Amino acid sequence: MRGAKSAKWVAIAGVVALTATACGGSDSGDNSNRKVDPKGIVSYANGEPQNALQPSNTMEAYGSVVIDSLFTGLVHYDKKGDITYENAESVTPDKDSKVWTVKLKPGWKFHNGEAVTAKSYVDAWNWAADPANGQQNSAWYRDIQGYDAVHPAKGKAEKKAMSGLKVVDENTFTISLKSGIPYYAYKLVYAPFYPLPSAALKDPKKYGEAPVGNGPYKFQKWDHKKLISVRAWDGYKGANKPKNAGVDFKAYNKDTAAYADLKSDNVDSMPIVPNSEIANFKQDFGDRAIDMDFSALNTVNFAFYTKQWKDIDPKVLQGLSMAIDRDTIAKTVFHGTRESATGWVAKGVKGYQDDACGEYCKFDAKKAKQSIKDGGGVPGNKISIQYNADQPHKDWVVAVCNSITNATGVKCVGDPVTDFAADTEIRDQKKVKSMYRSGWVLDYPFNGNFLADLYGTGVDGNKGGFSDKKFDELTKKADAAKTIDDSAKLYQQAEKELVNTFPGIPLWYNKTLSAYSKNVKKVEFDQAGDPILTEVEVFEK
Amino acid sequence: MGRYVARRLLQMIPVFIGTTLLIFLMVNVLPGDPVAALWGDKPPDPAQVAQIKHDRGLDLPLWQQYFHYMGGLLQGDFGHTIAGNRPILDEIKQAFPVSLRLAVMAWTFELVVGITLGVLAGIRRGRVLDNAVTLFTLLVISVPIFVFGLFFQLIFGNQLGWVTPTVQDSENIGELLLPALVLGLVGLAYVARLTRTSIAENRQADYMRTAVAKGLPRKRIVTRHLLRNSLIPVVTYLGTDIGALMGGAVITEGIFNVTGVGNLLYRALGQREGAVIVGVVTVLVLVYLLASLIVDLLYAVLDPRIRYA
Repeated sequence: MRGAKSAKWVAIAGVVALTATACGGSDSGDNSNRKVDPKGIVSYANGEPQNALQPSNTMEAYGSVVIDSLFTGLVHYDKKGDITYENAESVTPDKDSKVWTVKLKPGWKFHNGEAVTAKSYVDAWNWAADPANGQQNSAWYRDIQGYDAVHPAKGKAEKKAMSGLKVVDENTFTISLKSGIPYYAYKLVYAPFYPLPSAALKDPKKYGEAPVGNGPYKFQKWDHKKLISVRAWDGYKGANKPKNAGVDFKAYNKDTAAYADLKSDNVDSMPIVPNSEIANFKQDFGDRAIDMDFSALNTVNFAFYTKQWKDIDPKVLQGLSMAIDRDTIAKTVFHGTRESATGWVAKGVKGYQDDACGEYCKFDAKKAKQSIKDGGGVPGNKISIQYNADQPHKDWVVAVCNSITNATGVKCVGDPVTDFAADTEIRDQKKVKSMYRSGWVLDYPFNGNFLADLYGTGVDGNKGGFSDKKFDELTKKADAAKTIDDSAKLYQQAEKELVNTFPGIPLWYNKTLSAYSKNVKKVEFDQAGDPILTEVEVFEK
Repeated sequence: MGRYVARRLLQMIPVFIGTTLLIFLMVNVLPGDPVAALWGDKPPDPAQVAQIKHDRGLDLPLWQQYFHYMGGLLQGDFGHTIAGNRPILDEIKQAFPVSLRLAVMAWTFELVVGITLGVLAGIRRGRVLDNAVTLFTLLVISVPIFVFGLFFQLIFGNQLGWVTPTVQDSENIGELLLPALVLGLVGLAYVARLTRTSIAENRQADYMRTAVAKGLPRKRIVTRHLLRNSLIPVVTYLGTDIGALMGGAVITEGIFNVTGVGNLLYRALGQREGAVIVGVVTVLVLVYLLASLIVDLLYAVLDPRIRYA
């Protein structure tokens, strides 16, 4: 009996815990009359960057968010996907979009006082293109004339500078491309196109530990695996002057730990709430929860090099797509935090068109069955979807599979691979058995980035071995267009063409799901899922 | 005694070589190219991949890589990470003191509270306290560690606000108390149970009856006669546990955001940073070997009948 007494006590403790959780959160409001402190520091849940902080060597999120706070590039884009000018006064193409003339706004300086000139750009790009300097992003310069001489795929480099880059005067330089690209200005948004001060090229290692940029924030310190601090810089000439005094990027090992801190106002925001909290983060944060569009698309793609799909009738592929009940899965598995996709281009980019995929992306069990039958059926009547098991993909893969099997009778199983590194290796080696999970976040907000870079014959991003002459011709035509708008329109035609060949099944558009603490107001994220830190305001303590 | 220690130390050499070789091979068998993985889901740049592999010596045959690695290790050079090209020794130097502190705190907690509970329960076998300890340890052993971690974080961090939900500074002992408590809970339960059984058993022994008959004070009977003879299984457990606490704190370190060895190992595994994994495990193997040597030597102290030639 004595043991039973203790057991009762334990049971009570459990109940206390449950009620404690239920009570938590959702007490926002009464922030309206609090004063804003311009000297306030924003803290942001981040992680340890993979590499030293060099713009041309940073591609993962932890480093990128810091680099983007320290630098301002030539151009950026607004919410509609149109180009805005930052450090550049103008970026103008010639009539073939082949030679681009960049004029800089005069008077800009780096944090160390050095002037930002045409040379700061040209030297930085030439240095980063040289493979000897080991910069991961060097492939971004490959459209420029003379890139192959500096960065050959194999063997030694012949030259140290790209012939396509020419300094005209202190504030002007030209970029000559191998062939015309009407939307080239969008690429210039990306980090490898930031300028570097001359000291950075003299001692890159030292610079990588304490970067000097030209952006709204100035680097203060990097306490490895703990904290990176940047502070608002007085000398900043850009339009996006910080409304706070600085940002502390705190390093977290796990998003769940960051979330626990966010709930207690120990950190002010985080990139995306952990999967385990998606069902309840809106309840936890009330109107401080963030749910925004994010230009990323989830798909399931076919491995066209397999026997199963080699000579397949597209009707079968369309049928499989129609057999997936996207809306229900978004509601149940993702708790309404994703939106059913209607095409191969994500929302929020230039040239996005609604309903490009048409009826083939809408759930219709009857039509699905008929279409697969008309196309001669799925070879083997069995498909599998490869995914990486280190991320929470299993639930939706099972749901998609069930949906397909219920609607069409085609057997469908998940094919889990231990983690992302192993998953990409299998894709690169072209050893996927049937189909694979895929996803794409925009590099730049232009529809061509979701089309030519993924489904063009032989391009790096095309992991499924898809090839269609007609599509290639259309994208080529789009690349030869005179203006960005024309190009986007021609790319829309190319997207429409994908309906007939069906290289992959569009599933959902992602969203940025985040929240912010009681210490700050106005936290927003852009289309690429990055926080707009300069706009965040901190309340007085 | 001296010869015994020398022999044990010499035995460490083959164990050391064997474990490092095994781990080195195992990491290499894992699918996934660590250099290509730097590019995430974007297509890697072949020229750059070749350059990085050449710089790090990853293009050499495996046996050469191993010899290079061991050669460096003997001179105290643990190599460089693939991502970021940072010296691995720095990473180890940063992570180990944190984990050591956490492990020692958890271990002390296990030792003091565990043995105390075990002794009290063992002496009063079948009474209220004994039942309470049995029940408590059953609960701790059966509930997964992350449940306790998240539960304590929620109660003490988010609800009561006594501590910050995660550790803000991994070198601050005060902040490490809560994670150390969570980390030590399971070990504490085992220590309490081991002690209890051992004490309960030895209480019936002849030498105990003799000691009581001699009229020795109770305190002396318990500490000198009973406890000393009952500690051998407990010491064995505690000895190996210090190594386990250091390397196996992945979950606790993750929940409380402690930048220790568990976290370093976990990240390195995800990024296929073979050199980091081997380096960390090498140090952990040394910790295990030394701890087990100390345990064996302690046997002789506890029970003079055990002697080493």
